[in-house]
Amino acid sequence: MPRLDPSEPKGAIEALTAMWTIRRFEEALEDLYSRGMLHGTNHLSIGQEAVAVGACGALDEGDFITSTHRGHGHSIAHGADPELMFAELLGRDTGYCGGRGGSMHIADVGAGNLGANGIVAGSMTLSVGAALSQHLLGSSAVVLCFFGDGATNEGSFHEALNLAAVWQLPVVFVCENNQYGMSMASDLSTAGDSVAARGTAYGLEGVQLDGNDLPAMFEGVANAVAAAREGHGPALLEAITYRYRGHSKSDRNLYRTQEEIEQWRTERDPIARFEARLLDEGAVDQEAIDTARQAARERIRDAVKAAVKAPEPSVDVLEEAVYASR
Amino acid sequence: MPAADTTDRIEGPVSTEVQTTTYAKAIAAAIRTAMQDDERVFMAGEDIGIYGGAFGVTDGLLEEFGEQRIRDTPISEDAIVGMAVGAAITGTRPIVEMQFSDFVVNAMDPLVNQAAKLHFMYGGNVEVPMVLRLPGGAGTGAAAQHSQSLEAWFAHVPGLKVVAPSTVQDAHDLLFAALLDPNPVVVVEHKLLYKREGELVARATAGDSPATIGDAVVLREGTDLTVASYSLNTHKALEAAEQLAAEGTEVEVVDLRTLRPLDTETVIDSVSRTGKLLVTHEAPAAVGIGAEVVAAVAGSRAFDYLLAPIVRVCGRENPIPYAPGLEKATIPQTEDLVEAMRALAAEDV
Repeated sequence: MPRLDPSEPKGAIEALTAMWTIRRFEEALEDLYSRGMLHGTNHLSIGQEAVAVGACGALDEGDFITSTHRGHGHSIAHGADPELMFAELLGRDTGYCGGRGGSMHIADVGAGNLGANGIVAGSMTLSVGAALSQHLLGSSAVVLCFFGDGATNEGSFHEALNLAAVWQLPVVFVCENNQYGMSMASDLSTAGDSVAARGTAYGLEGVQLDGNDLPAMFEGVANAVAAAREGHGPALLEAITYRYRGHSKSDRNLYRTQEEIEQWRTERDPIARFEARLLDEGAVDQEAIDTARQAARERIRDAVKAAVKAPEPSVDVLEEAVYASR
Repeated sequence: MPAADTTDRIEGPVSTEVQTTTYAKAIAAAIRTAMQDDERVFMAGEDIGIYGGAFGVTDGLLEEFGEQRIRDTPISEDAIVGMAVGAAITGTRPIVEMQFSDFVVNAMDPLVNQAAKLHFMYGGNVEVPMVLRLPGGAGTGAAAQHSQSLEAWFAHVPGLKVVAPSTVQDAHDLLFAALLDPNPVVVVEHKLLYKREGELVARATAGDSPATIGDAVVLREGTDLTVASYSLNTHKALEAAEQLAAEGTEVEVVDLRTLRPLDTETVIDSVSRTGKLLVTHEAPAAVGIGAEVVAAVAGSRAFDYLLAPIVRVCGRENPIPYAPGLEKATIPQTEDLVEAMRALAAEDV
């Protein structure tokens, strides 16, 4: 059973809260960065929240995700604690990785988050292995593999899809097509009609989804997850979405127009659209929406407050940190 | 969960008495025992099933364990190793056979950026217990893309462990040690060792293996000079030492066995007694394992005992050529070692 049902008021509010939590989390990162409290780099997914929340909401407890360099949303949608994420990004001992990973490597393996990955397409072949081990261990868990449009031109994308397909493993590949790699437009970098169309090569029905439409995202992924769990093998989904912010901190947005960004923000924002839809359908009232928004804001504020107080890791940990011991 | 009794189907060594068998069969016996003992262990690789592997190591395993656990893969080295990483972090214990070690270059991302990094980078909340077997080395006329010795690449990466057994017994025992290790372990296997025979005491379970990753061993004791090596070149060193003994020079041969972590202490201890060091491997000398051994000795108490400059006898700085004469000239031969040892022994002290 999916752990979220956005067609019910309770599930809808949970989904809305999760999307706001992701957005507020990343806005808080921008704030911390501008105040000189955050070093390194990070990649923001503001504008893409419905992909993470819709997809992860379609999973069951015990299912796995693999994530990308733009993975804060995936982690939060899969149940990560924002305080521990902030702590990680702030390089604190209490962070998910003890301050050793940072933005691109949030992982909580025990909770089914097999980790964000700094290598484009790097987690795609890992997702196949995770699905294989579940198969060998007799588990019915499904692995949801997030990757970006840029990953589809890596060899790993093709090798992973082929291997998952020939072995009929329960992997749901979710491409977050946010239109650009770092600067290169997806349609300039990617031959063929679409990412989804590439599924044909591996005997998969590639499906395009509106990644800024939460219920559509949820439904598309839930169908693929159910099929994978029933033994029908992998799926390739392409979520069409858009990142409002630059690739990373160094991005001057020279490869796209302000008009294009504004158009996505004003006409297709996933949170605004979902709120309008809920009000339109009468599923929830404005007060419930305001409460969800406020809850996310407070959760993030509290998380930042706690995380900044956390201690920095001791250099002493490094020697014992490289290898697991038994 | 132990598998059903399959004793009657097992070919090769099962006795725990001393027996003579090949390096390949000693590896296979370890894989078989590990798979019988632990259902989480599985194998993946190109043509390891019905074909039995390019060098026959997995011959018969498909019949015994079935295609779920002996998994023939597409020719997709990146996916094979990446898959193994994903499987290892979620509860199983993959053994991957790279058909030729050269092909692992196609899988450097999953090996170096993923397998080696995840435990550290994810704050210790994951382990990557996988074994990657790499048949490497020259001497088969397979030329530049099927003959390399790339072990220094892997030994350079924190997060990986690298073993390079030379003897039949160590091939068996170190595979168990690799499987029991919660980290990714690269097993360097020289192709010319597979058919080499030696004595084996087959272990009844993985836990019976006395081998530990990170321990070198003195295979031959001597007083006049120390030779440090690993894998096939250990045998060449032993053969050369035999010839030197006939001339009255006693050579101590240290088999490194593990390249990361490197047991420099055993070498330092030996050199402190003999005062002379020769390092040999098939890989090129530059930035090789030997350089690390030499640096460790030069920076240790053994420095004060050195009676002559340290010598390296390693592969030439060119790709492995095809023509037999060129290939032979590229990699150290036993006679090269005899000559170098003789010269080192004669250094005026």
